[in-house]
Amino acid sequence: MSDTTTRIIEIEVLRYRPEQDAEPVKETFQVPFTNDMSVLQGLQYIKDELDGSLSFRWSCRMAICGSCGMMINGKPKLGCQTFLRDYYPGLVRVEALAHFPIEKDLVVGVEDFVGKLASIKPFIIPKEPRTLEQGEYLQTPAQRDEYEQFSSCINCMLCYAACPQYGLNNEFMGPGVLALLHRYNADSRDGAREERMQIVHQEEGVWSCTAVGYCSEVCPKGVDPANAVNQNKVNSAKDFFLRFVAPKGAGK
Amino acid sequence: MEIFKADVAIVGAGGAGLRAAIAVAEADPSLSIALISKVYPMRSHTVAAEGGAAAVTQAHDTLDYHFNDTVGGGDWLCEQDVVEFFVGQCHREMVQMEHWGCPWSRRPDGHVNVRAFGGMKIERTWFAADKTGFHMLHTLFQTSIKYPSIKRFDEHFCVDLVVDEGRVQGVVAIEIATGEFRLIQAKSVIIATGGAGRVFRENTNGGIVTGDGMALAYRHGVPLRDMEFVQYHPTCMPGTGLLFTEACRGEGGLLINKDGYRYLQDYGLGPASDKPRNKFMELGPRDRLSQAYWHEKQKGRTIQGKHGECVHLDLRHLGEAYLRERLPQIYELAVEYLGVDPAKEPIPVLPAVHYTMGGILADGKTASGLPGLYSVGECSSVGIHGANRLGSNSLTELIVFGKVAGLEASAFAKAHVHGKSDLLHKQAEDVQRRAQAIITRQGGTERSSVLRKEMAQSMENGCGIYREAKSMQATCDTIDTLRQRYKKIRLDDHSKAWNTDWLMAIELGFLLDVAQAMVYSAINRKESRGSHQRLDGYTERDDVNFLKHSLATFAGDDAPRISYGDVKITKSPPGTRAYGAAGEKADAERKAQQAAQGGSHV
Repeated sequence: MSDTTTRIIEIEVLRYRPEQDAEPVKETFQVPFTNDMSVLQGLQYIKDELDGSLSFRWSCRMAICGSCGMMINGKPKLGCQTFLRDYYPGLVRVEALAHFPIEKDLVVGVEDFVGKLASIKPFIIPKEPRTLEQGEYLQTPAQRDEYEQFSSCINCMLCYAACPQYGLNNEFMGPGVLALLHRYNADSRDGAREERMQIVHQEEGVWSCTAVGYCSEVCPKGVDPANAVNQNKVNSAKDFFLRFVAPKGAGK
Repeated sequence: MEIFKADVAIVGAGGAGLRAAIAVAEADPSLSIALISKVYPMRSHTVAAEGGAAAVTQAHDTLDYHFNDTVGGGDWLCEQDVVEFFVGQCHREMVQMEHWGCPWSRRPDGHVNVRAFGGMKIERTWFAADKTGFHMLHTLFQTSIKYPSIKRFDEHFCVDLVVDEGRVQGVVAIEIATGEFRLIQAKSVIIATGGAGRVFRENTNGGIVTGDGMALAYRHGVPLRDMEFVQYHPTCMPGTGLLFTEACRGEGGLLINKDGYRYLQDYGLGPASDKPRNKFMELGPRDRLSQAYWHEKQKGRTIQGKHGECVHLDLRHLGEAYLRERLPQIYELAVEYLGVDPAKEPIPVLPAVHYTMGGILADGKTASGLPGLYSVGECSSVGIHGANRLGSNSLTELIVFGKVAGLEASAFAKAHVHGKSDLLHKQAEDVQRRAQAIITRQGGTERSSVLRKEMAQSMENGCGIYREAKSMQATCDTIDTLRQRYKKIRLDDHSKAWNTDWLMAIELGFLLDVAQAMVYSAINRKESRGSHQRLDGYTERDDVNFLKHSLATFAGDDAPRISYGDVKITKSPPGTRAYGAAGEKADAERKAQQAAQGGSHV
C-alpha cells in the first residue's frame, strides 16, 4: 500500500463533556488517512473537519513534550507515536488515560502526578556546594550513565495508566516519580539521597509496587521505571536493616 | 472575577519564563511571582530543541570569535552591544545550568563536552545528546520547585494585558479546565511565550507556538521588530516538518542531492572535504543551506518524495553505535516516523519554518517601551539574531536573558506599587466580555480551522525561502481578508470547561496579527539579507537603505505601519558575509584592512 493512498478508518472516541454528559459516551468518526498518519493526526482531522468540540492535549508531535498520552485500543500510548495503519481495517478505540479523572473527552486531571513529582525534591541538593567561578562539577560519562536513562522521563504518565497498583490506590507514588527520585539519588553531584529515601520508606513509596513491570513496557522513552523502583526497593531494604547496625548514612 | 496579586507576572513557562522566575526568586524571596502558562511547564516548546546551547568553552576559542560568528551570521543586523554582553554571559549561565543538574554530555575527563554547529568558527555548543532543550527545560522546571515564591498558574491561557497609568499592571487569564477568568495583577510583566512558527504550514514547531505574547504586546502598541526574518531549518521531515537537528551535521552528517553529490559546494560553501570543517559546507548557516536546497530544486536535482522534493541527509558513515550515543532521538524519529534506519539509508529532508528571528521590541535589558513590560526568548527581539540566527544561540539566549528579565522586572516591581484594583478589574471584565463573545456570537459562518489553513498556506507562498513582491502582495491581501473573515468565526463548542475550540480561535487571532506584521515587514524590505531573500530586483544586501531594523506597529483593522530603527554597530562594520574558502578569504582581508587602519578590533 503506497503512503499516499487514502483509506477510511473508524475512530471511536470516548467522549465526556461535563456540562452535557452524565457519563462518558462513545462516538465514532470516519477518518480518511494515509499510511504515515498518527492517531493524533486522526484526532486533529476530527477536530478540524468534523467536530471542533473534541478536546485533547497535544503539542510537539514528536514524542518529547509528553502531552498526548491516551488509551488506544486499551493500551496507554502517545497519540503522536501511534499509527492508524497499524489498526486498519479494524477500529481504533481512543479513550482518556486510565487511572486519572477525566476533565473532558481525552483530557485528564494531572494535579496528582505533578504534586507527587514536586514532593520528592526533584532538584540537585549538592553534596559539595560549588560556586560558578569554580566551574562545572566533573562527571565522567560513566557517572552520567548512572542516571541519564532515568532523566529521560517526559512525564507522559503512560506508566501510571499501566500501573495496577496506582489504579487501586493513588496514594502510591507511582513509577514515573520514583524513576525521577532515583535519577537525582544516582547523580554524582547530589547529596540528598537520604532525605529522599525517607519518602520512599513510606508504604506509599516503593513498597506498594507488586513488580508487574507493565510500566516499563509502555514507556515510550525506555526509562524503565520498574528498574528504578526495584533499585529503590533494594536501597530501601538496605537502609531499613542497616539503620539497626550502622551509624546514620551508612546505607549509602 | 478572582483577582490574584503578584509582584511579577511571567507569561510562558518554557526555558525563558522559568529562568526568569528563578532569577526573581533568587533576587528577592519576598517578591511574589505568578508564572502563567497555557500548558504545564514541561510541555513548553523548549522541550523540542535538540542540538545544543552555545558558550565559549575551549582554550583556543574567544568571545570575539563568538561575537563575530553571531554578527556575521546575522548579516550585520544584530545589536552589537547586546551581542557583546550575551557572549560574555553564556559560559557562566551554562555552568549554572550544570549546577542545577542539567545532564550535559561529558568528555572522558568529566568536563562538559562541546560539538560543532553551523556558522560557528570553533566547537562551542554544549549538548545533552540530541535532547538538549528537553533536558534544559526539565532541569529548570524541577529546579523551580525549590522556590516557594513561585506560584504557578498551569494551564492558564493569557488573553490580554491590562494597562493603566501608562504602565502594564497585569494580565487576564482563562483557567482552561473551567473556563473561568482570573485577573493577575502585577507590578511588572515578563512575556516569555515563544515564537510564532505556526503561522506557516510546514514547520518544526509544536501546536502551542502561536505567537500569543507577540500579539499581546503588539496590540498594546509595542512594535514588533524584524518580523520578516523567518528561519527555515534546512533538515526537516517531509510532510510534518519535524526537526532533524543541525547536530546531525555537527557530528559529520552530509547533505547530498539525487545524484549523491554534495551540492552545497556549488553555493559558496565549499570546497568539500571528507572531514567536517567549521563554517564550510554542511556547517554553513541555516539560511544559506535552505537557499541552496531551493536552487537544487529549481535545477531538478532533488528527489521526489511523497511530501514534496527532498534532499538526503546522510549519516550512514557515522555508524549505528555513534548515532545511538550522539543522536538517539534522531535515530528513533527516522525509524518510527519514516521507516528509515539512518545507519543504513540516508534520511529524506527538506527545509521547514523553524524560528522567528524578530519579535517584541526590547532593549538590551529586555525592557519594552511600555513601562513594566519585559520580553525574553523567541517572542522577544533583544537584538542578537539579526537577519539569521545561528543554531545553538537561542537556547543560551533563554538562560542569559531570562535571568536579565527576571532581575529587571524585580527592580521595576520594587520601585512601583500596585495600581487600583477596581479600575483594572473593570478592564479585565471588558477583556472577558470580548473573549466570551467568540463563543456566544450569533450568525457566524467561518470555521477557524479553514482560516488557519488558508493563512498557513498563504504565508508559505508569500514568505518562503525566496520572495517576490507579487506573491508577497497576494499574501498581504489574503491575510487582510482573513482578519476580516476572522470576525465571523463560528465555534462548534459552546461550553466552558476545556473549550479548546475557543482557545484555538483566540490563538488564530494572535497568529493572524503576527502574520500580517511579518508579510508587511517583508514586502517593505527591498533588499536581500540573511533569511530574507528576494528574486525581484532586490537580490543584494543594501546597507545604504536597509541596514535598519524594521518596526511593525499595530494599526487595528488596518495594515500595520512599518517604520525603521537604527542598528547598533560597535566594533564590526558591515562586511562581506561569506563561508567556506570565500569566508576564509574575506576574514583575511578584513584583518589586513583593520591592521592597515591601525584598528585592534575583530
